[in-house]
Amino acid sequence: MTDDSQPQGDQGAQEDPASPAASGSPLLQAEHVQLYFPIKYGVLIDRTVGVVHAVDDVSLSLPEGQTLGIVGESGCGKSTLARCMVRLLEPTDGTLRFRGRDITHLGRRPLQPFRREVQLVFQDPSSSLNPRKRVGQIVAAPLQVQGMGRDAARARVRDLLDRVGLNPEHVNRFPHEFSGGQRQRIGVARALAVNPKLIVLDEPVSALDVSVQAQVINLLDDLQDDLGLSYVFIAHDLSVVRHVSDQIAVMYLGKIMELSPAAELYSKPIHPYTSALLAAIPIPDPKENRTRERRVISGEPPNPVNPPAGCRFHTRCPWSTKVCTEVEPPLAEYPGGHLAACHHPRNVSSAEIAAATRSPLSPLSSAQLLPAGVEEAPASGTGSQVAATAGGLAERPDEEP
Amino acid sequence: MTEPLLDVDGLQVSFATEDGLVRAVDGVSFTLDRGEVVAIVGESGSGKSVTVMTLMGLTRSPNARFAGSARLRGGDLITASEEELERVRGQEIAMIFQDPISSLSPVMRIGNQIAEQIRAHEKVSKSEALDRAAGLMERVGIPRARDRLRAYPHEFSGGMRQRVMIAMALSLSPSVLIADEPTTALDVTIQAQILKEITQLSRESNSGVIFVTHDLGVVADVADRVLVMYSGRLVEQGTVDEIFYDPQHPYTWGLMGSITRVDRDPPRRLPAIPGAPPSLLRVPEGCHFRPRCPHAFDRCREVPPLEPRLAGAPDHLDRCWLSTEDKRVKREVGGRIGLATGDVIK
Repeated sequence: MTDDSQPQGDQGAQEDPASPAASGSPLLQAEHVQLYFPIKYGVLIDRTVGVVHAVDDVSLSLPEGQTLGIVGESGCGKSTLARCMVRLLEPTDGTLRFRGRDITHLGRRPLQPFRREVQLVFQDPSSSLNPRKRVGQIVAAPLQVQGMGRDAARARVRDLLDRVGLNPEHVNRFPHEFSGGQRQRIGVARALAVNPKLIVLDEPVSALDVSVQAQVINLLDDLQDDLGLSYVFIAHDLSVVRHVSDQIAVMYLGKIMELSPAAELYSKPIHPYTSALLAAIPIPDPKENRTRERRVISGEPPNPVNPPAGCRFHTRCPWSTKVCTEVEPPLAEYPGGHLAACHHPRNVSSAEIAAATRSPLSPLSSAQLLPAGVEEAPASGTGSQVAATAGGLAERPDEEP
Repeated sequence: MTEPLLDVDGLQVSFATEDGLVRAVDGVSFTLDRGEVVAIVGESGSGKSVTVMTLMGLTRSPNARFAGSARLRGGDLITASEEELERVRGQEIAMIFQDPISSLSPVMRIGNQIAEQIRAHEKVSKSEALDRAAGLMERVGIPRARDRLRAYPHEFSGGMRQRVMIAMALSLSPSVLIADEPTTALDVTIQAQILKEITQLSRESNSGVIFVTHDLGVVADVADRVLVMYSGRLVEQGTVDEIFYDPQHPYTWGLMGSITRVDRDPPRRLPAIPGAPPSLLRVPEGCHFRPRCPHAFDRCREVPPLEPRLAGAPDHLDRCWLSTEDKRVKREVGGRIGLATGDVIK
């Protein structure tokens, strides 16, 4: 999206600043962040009977001025991770750094300067805007919290509304007087009020019509270019994420399955889960849709209270073998800063597999074991990337007993 | 050609409100054949949901006014009495709603909810109805169906609840199945499963399906014919290939242009349709799309009729005054179909 950075659509964006190994000083850094929610039971005696592994050992870094997309099915922990990143939730374990400073366990007061720099935009603008406040009051609220005077705030609010493409004359209207897209603009204006460096967007366009989605995405694009913002963009819609992101993380059951420069994730998905997600998306082109053979993965994600051992995706994966059920794969680093946690990677050559190294972002619990080679995928070497992407997953091979 | 299964002719639905008359559906006509999937696309507020809900008799209220007809097997759904409708609903025409959690009763077991519908229409014992419910649940891909008859909706995931809705809709093998945004609330992987389920089951039972959605990917996936609605009117209709490869109405171009695709490199900027749909209380005179249309000219103050304007495509109808050649030139934006507007925000 930031047109001044890497060229898009190119194979293996070389020396991509987003690649975690190469990044100098990232804006936000998560190191082995974990968030478990206890399941409590009982009235008087509060017994913990289990934990929901919402975010499980996730490491990420976001360089300044870039966009990190996070995708996954509902319940994969993407929103929880976002809430951790802005410290609405306190991680159970791990470290969060903002500009190198540890913010993992900071209290409310010491967090205040951080709050000014990091803002959040929510999915549903009609429930994240107070229906009894006028737009002017809503957008001015963060300014008042930060101690700005009334008149200064009023002028700033008009600027902000103009900036996000709303009529500044409408400061005295209520949220219900606006359409969905306009309401989302109000949410963006409120987030921009305190001049943040980072905005976390939690499904910002999912509730909007396609034509309006495009307007809001273009607005976010412009704001990033003009103000040098960094975004964390959460969505379940892979096509929207592609448009905005420099780097994309694919999450499944609280863990990162694949982390890749944006364009490469689509041309060369390494993890079978990513291929499955891509195959599930209908292409708005009837002829291509008819010819493309789509394999739909069956079933639903398992319960995060009791996630499967080994690779978390093995229960739904057509390629899973014995090793997948026993050993948790580490995030292996492939050329171009493309990371994937899979024992049987797709779309990579044997040479690339041999050169792969264990990424420092790998979960602590994962094994040292790296993929052995391209064993049972003779058809989908690097040569047939497109076919593999469009075709999605191949028939389930005979499983080892 | 034989008589169509469902024949909607000049359907008008308006609601009297304190602020004036809202024309939610303004003269919609289309047909549906057996074994056919017709998709209705449009933005929110375009009247697509009101159209299908009217077919189900769900928009009847003291402030609603109707005109036109919707003939299903000889009977008219618009003028039918409540008793007739009760007989037809479920049996002849059934609907799958967008949000399964608010369409299922939270305090009733799943099995009983499906069985209740069967018993309302057919004289069968409760255990027999429950047997059939289990069979239906299996058919829509719910594992361990028999054990789960006694489950409550909250024990099911979103995808499973939607499957229950489909099982209910199919319980009496209706000839017309209406699906109103059935997958909007679901994840893509589950969406793919559900779409496959709906199209497969309707093909097996040879029923006609009306599919309401705003997702053009879904349309390309399931539809045979497409109706494009804007602000209460049909602006274009044709086969799925005609609409995707030879769209005639600027609004359709805008819709096509604003979609993001996973299988293509994204354009630098997404061509958005400028502005927002008009309020149905104050619709512009003439073509409803005129205020947002960059190609509008004098004649657009007059309402264009919905008619075939292309030689050799008698079933491809649209509502735009531009000449065919003009359209061909104007819809090309940077090598793809879109609405040439540059970048208007507001």
